Amino acid sequence: MLEQIKAECFHCGLPVPVGSTYKVTIKKTERDMCCPGCQAVAEAIVAGGMEDYYEFRTEHAEQGQELVPDFLQQSMAYDLDAVQESFVRHSESDSGDVREADLILEGITCAACIWLNERHIASLDGVVSIVVNYSTHRARLEWDNDQIKLSQILEAITQIGYLAHPYDPSRQQQLFEDERKQQIKRLGLAAVLGMQVMMIAVALYLGDYFGMEAQYEKFFYWISLGLTLPVMLYSAQPFFKTAIRDLKRGQAGMDVPVSIGISVAFAGSVWSTFNGHGEVYYDSVVMFVFFLLTGRYFELVARKKSAENADALVHSTPAVATRVKDESEAMVTVAELKIGDTVRVKPGETFPADGVVIEGHSSVDESLLTGESMPVPITVNGNIIGGSINISSPLLVKVEKLGQDTVLSGVLRLLERAQTEKPTITRLADKTAAWFVLGVLILAVSVAAYWWGHEGASWLPVTIAVLVVTCPCALSLATPTAVTAATSRLTSQGLLTTRGHALETLAKATHFIFDKTGTLTQGKLELQSIKCLSDASKDDCLNWAAALENSSEHPVAKAICNEVEIQSKTADDIINTPGAGLTGSVEGRQFWLGTQAYIQKNTGLIVPEGELKNLRNQGNTVVILADSNQCQALFALGDRLRSGAKELITQLKSSGLKVVLLSGDHQQTVEAIAKQVGIDDWQAECLPADKLTEVKTLQEQGAVVAMVGDGINDAPVLAAAQVSIAMASGTQLAAASADMLLLSTDLLSIGSGRNIAKQMLSIIRQNITWAIGYNVIALPAAALGYVAPWMAAIGMSASSLIVVGNALRLLRKSPK
Amino acid sequence: MEILYLLVPLAMLIVALMVVIFFWAVRSGQFDDLEGPAHRIIMDDDSPEITKQDDSGEDKK
Repeated sequence: MLEQIKAECFHCGLPVPVGSTYKVTIKKTERDMCCPGCQAVAEAIVAGGMEDYYEFRTEHAEQGQELVPDFLQQSMAYDLDAVQESFVRHSESDSGDVREADLILEGITCAACIWLNERHIASLDGVVSIVVNYSTHRARLEWDNDQIKLSQILEAITQIGYLAHPYDPSRQQQLFEDERKQQIKRLGLAAVLGMQVMMIAVALYLGDYFGMEAQYEKFFYWISLGLTLPVMLYSAQPFFKTAIRDLKRGQAGMDVPVSIGISVAFAGSVWSTFNGHGEVYYDSVVMFVFFLLTGRYFELVARKKSAENADALVHSTPAVATRVKDESEAMVTVAELKIGDTVRVKPGETFPADGVVIEGHSSVDESLLTGESMPVPITVNGNIIGGSINISSPLLVKVEKLGQDTVLSGVLRLLERAQTEKPTITRLADKTAAWFVLGVLILAVSVAAYWWGHEGASWLPVTIAVLVVTCPCALSLATPTAVTAATSRLTSQGLLTTRGHALETLAKATHFIFDKTGTLTQGKLELQSIKCLSDASKDDCLNWAAALENSSEHPVAKAICNEVEIQSKTADDIINTPGAGLTGSVEGRQFWLGTQAYIQKNTGLIVPEGELKNLRNQGNTVVILADSNQCQALFALGDRLRSGAKELITQLKSSGLKVVLLSGDHQQTVEAIAKQVGIDDWQAECLPADKLTEVKTLQEQGAVVAMVGDGINDAPVLAAAQVSIAMASGTQLAAASADMLLLSTDLLSIGSGRNIAKQMLSIIRQNITWAIGYNVIALPAAALGYVAPWMAAIGMSASSLIVVGNALRLLRKSPK
Repeated sequence: MEILYLLVPLAMLIVALMVVIFFWAVRSGQFDDLEGPAHRIIMDDDSPEITKQDDSGEDKK
């Protein structure tokens, strides 16, 4: 059994753990699967007759997740009319109750996913149509509500390994879409007309050489004017608008010289056309507008994509609660709840508001709010924080605080404040560009004045050449192209950039601050080791414990049961004491499993302190298994480190960066984790406000802080840090307040992200240096009148191309 | 070369038509997804079509 062949999961591409037995037969070949999640998804795909997916796809799918009861619970809420109001449109067709909604699909990795989703969903009865947009990962769904419920469709999507949320295309989104369409129209118009003008320009240039009859020349001038007019009036409009806005504010933006350049060139050409002699520059005008618009369009698309990602996170789930009134239960939206209402919260559900338990006892997972990794036991009269998750058994909770007054919205307010106070780093290109533009304008004016005084007639072409040759094009493309290339490279590595400045700031960060639970660690308890205290074997102890814990939802129970492949033993007469332990009989013997205090109280046995302390010092939670005679075993449970955590910290430290760990968890646990990954500077039991103060103090000392976190309690800090990275598996709030999202499970992506960001920064510098260097040579030549406008146009295009080409180097994967 | 006076305006007319068609295409959503359709066409599979058209046809009475 020493076989160490690292097989890849056929579905998601992750390594298959040694000894795994998950297999699915796809197209007559048996394939290995890494986990039951992937197995279930692959089986569903095969059962649906969609095996072709595996042939079409170009990327592995995401790891299949076992159906989260939480998600299914929430998806039921989407069937409520009150909830649907916000995102569903009723189509006016006469055939039954046909509804239409937009969905966001998560987990799409390649085009085959689109095919798979469309095919799978279209085969459901009652689905009228589904169209998935590959660029935006949105789907438009039409269904007959009499035949199928929305939640059933969402569940069907989950079966094949994707997650779908309805989403409300907000007004802002609509405006964005309109803007994009208008941009395409502007670009298209400039392209089509530009080609015609260029064609005529070639004829005119040749005419200059070989001679051309004056009447045809004049005719071509007029035709060119007619073709350029729409470009000036429609396509170039955005430049004029921004230029006027900039001038009103007294700033000099990129668009000011652009606007002046094209207006002067156009006006001069019109003058020549009417007078019948002189030069025309229609070709320069249209091509200039066309190139600039192309750059702008790609920038807009990149911006839109990142905005959409952030948007998706904010809009995803409606909050619903089960209200109990006069013995009857009803699902209502959280907005409808009133203080004093009683709500029933089932295991796995999120508490809708702050309140007090009036019936039942359970344990509550507050980790996302406080960072504490272990669930907190709770009974009648216990206080509940809205946003925490119920773990083990149903609770009746009386609502005490709602909306503004809850702990959660306290954190939200902190977040808002942090966002407004966020220190910004001025972007390299913006700083350079503003001065550059100003300089060019002054130069152009003085050049015009000089030539006006000396040789009267030829001032216009020289001034145009100055404006066009300096064309801030290369300069304005220097940053966006590098950022776009770096962003797409990072996305392919599982690090999604949602805000423009993030990369530049990441490269400049001096301090990296990490959260613990869910960030450095998986946020999930796992069995680390078993220490046998009697002559019973490890397997026996594990089986006994698993038998006791089998029906429990507590994370400790899940961690123990996960270790057992086949449940061979069963327990009877289980009595559970939440927060302490449980007892029951297995094979006729009575066993106790729980905390030290629980065991001593119920069995009177002495637990060996030394062993216990030893395990606890490693940051573990220890539960003890005992029968009536002796303690059988100690189970050490701990939060496993995320893959790459240690390597990332080492890498950051060796680059001379300060690494800090701030956690809301207990001293001991935090210390143990800090030691494991090698962080010397750590703080435990931090409240969100404490973390915020810490970060602000650092910032006041001039540090550029990069924050990595996942929980609600991290959200304010994420917003306050100059650049922040949230775990995609974390809370939506954290993700929405961060600048980047880590999609991959490997923390090391952050390290390579930083390297790429640094590389990007140096490419931006090269580009800017080049653009300025080019200008230093070209400008004097143009100012002295050696450059004709058409030469200037070629020069600026070439310099733009060089800049773009240089930026594209970022896409190339560095050899490993 | 008088023919130019006819041919060039004629070319302009065609250009105008192109622009109109292009604007119509943008408005009708042809440019909404620029990546998907390229892949979609390859994924045309030979297995029988989804047999669902029949019952959805019934709704349309």
